[in-house]
Amino acid sequence: MPRDTWLIFRHQLRLSLGGWFGLVFGVLQPVLNLALFGPLLSAYLGPGSWQVFVPGVLMQLALLSAGLAGFGIVFDARFGVLDRQRVTPAPRTALLLGRVLTNVVVLLGQSLLVVAVGFAFGFRVPIAGLLIGLALIVPLAVSLAALSYAFALTLRRQEMFAPMSSTVIVPMLLLSGALLPMSTAPAWLDVLSRATPFRYAVEGLRAAFAGHYASATLTGGVVVSVAFAAVAVAVGTRTFIRWNA
Amino acid sequence: MDHVIEARGLAKSFTGAEAVRGVDLTVAAGEIVGFLGPNGAGKTTTLRMLTTLLRPTAGAATVAGCDLVADPAGVRRRIGYVAQGGTTNPSCTVMRELVLQARLYRVPDPHERARDLMARFGLTDRPIGSLSGGQKRRLDIALGIVHVPALVFLDEPTTGLDPQSRAEVWRHVRRLRDEHGTAVFLTTHYLEEADALCDRILIIDRGRVIGEGTPDDLKRRLSGDIVTVEIDGDPRRARATLAGLDAVREVQVTGGTLRLTVEHGDRILLQLARALDAGGVEPRSVRLARPTLDDVFLALTSSEVTRAA
Repeated sequence: MPRDTWLIFRHQLRLSLGGWFGLVFGVLQPVLNLALFGPLLSAYLGPGSWQVFVPGVLMQLALLSAGLAGFGIVFDARFGVLDRQRVTPAPRTALLLGRVLTNVVVLLGQSLLVVAVGFAFGFRVPIAGLLIGLALIVPLAVSLAALSYAFALTLRRQEMFAPMSSTVIVPMLLLSGALLPMSTAPAWLDVLSRATPFRYAVEGLRAAFAGHYASATLTGGVVVSVAFAAVAVAVGTRTFIRWNA
Repeated sequence: MDHVIEARGLAKSFTGAEAVRGVDLTVAAGEIVGFLGPNGAGKTTTLRMLTTLLRPTAGAATVAGCDLVADPAGVRRRIGYVAQGGTTNPSCTVMRELVLQARLYRVPDPHERARDLMARFGLTDRPIGSLSGGQKRRLDIALGIVHVPALVFLDEPTTGLDPQSRAEVWRHVRRLRDEHGTAVFLTTHYLEEADALCDRILIIDRGRVIGEGTPDDLKRRLSGDIVTVEIDGDPRRARATLAGLDAVREVQVTGGTLRLTVEHGDRILLQLARALDAGGVEPRSVRLARPTLDDVFLALTSSEVTRAA
């Protein structure tokens, strides 16, 4: 299975890189958010705002990039690519994991770009913090992509994928506290926010970038993200194996 | 003889509807079998069950020597499947799609195999989105046989193709069998395709197999041959003469034209001529027509309608 996962990963990654147009557009919105909204935030909150805002933009990027991964499988299903691959001896789990791995690598690349743009505006991060933050993005990407694939395959009307996904993604983005920290939120909103795994991921990212490596916030972010990824992969695998069967 | 497919009572029901209602079928090694039926008859559903894409709700099958339900992975290793309506990503290239497929089947030299297949199917390494319909279909078939399976399933291989591309696909299907002894199980709703390509035909309608045989068998068994005799003058005498013959099943008269339904028309033509001669009837013309598979198909499916009603 690792070999088939690797084969699918390489194939999908080359396809993704060939469609560089899509990659650029995937990262454009978060970068614009950084460039057009970040300075304003900085004017209100002071130069330290970048430390809060860049992790938030990374969260937004993860939701938009990995969270919409299912869009690709809608086409693979429609073009008959998925059925063809499902009849090969490759384990169906490998067909999923290879794709998920592609989304992880793409998201990491896009995240580096966001960090670089942030750096140009004055965002600073220690190398260790950056590496830990990127490592934290991995389980986040895995869970978002796996769930996105599962959702896309379960939808009966696949043209509904984009509108329905956005309906989920936007509230998740707001509840995660990516745009503004949840620390000043009213209690009910804070509780609601804590019910989503993304809240812990964003706070973990902020802690990592701030150099608080031993903090409970970072540990919490890692634990929640990894657990969420495990659940998401289980759901995704189940869907991939059972889909249509 | 070795069988590459042996299915008993294969059935699939979706919520509230029975798509396939107990199909029995066998396909021998190296045989080309056509699965013929109107849209919605259950062809694709049956195929998707036999290729491990759908789990049957009832019945059992051995496909390529492996049990369909107990060992789907074994089935997948040994069969090729070409789905209806395409199997490729338009933004990928011919070579990359072939190489990945060869690798997934653990073909020893994937690049070499991909180049062989491209040469054989008249393809060049281009973005798949730029291929014509016929080229795309040939690529689909090449992908389906990358591991030289003993059995390949083709779901409506020529639907939507122009006559030339269709003939080209037929040529490749025949070559598969002739050169590698590959058994082919194909679905189609084109009778001429089944007639031109298949050793044996199964006719399916509303989830059940309602007829089976070689194309010639089916035509003979189900509708007989048609002999048309045209005469000048009064047809009554000719009718009396011909209706007495054993081989003549039915006589219809329209003006000076007699339409006879007969068994083995090719064999009794001379007998007919002699009888007419002995009866003093001078025919203007005598013509023999074999029924088309369309006649067979319509006869079978319309009798099914009557039975159901």
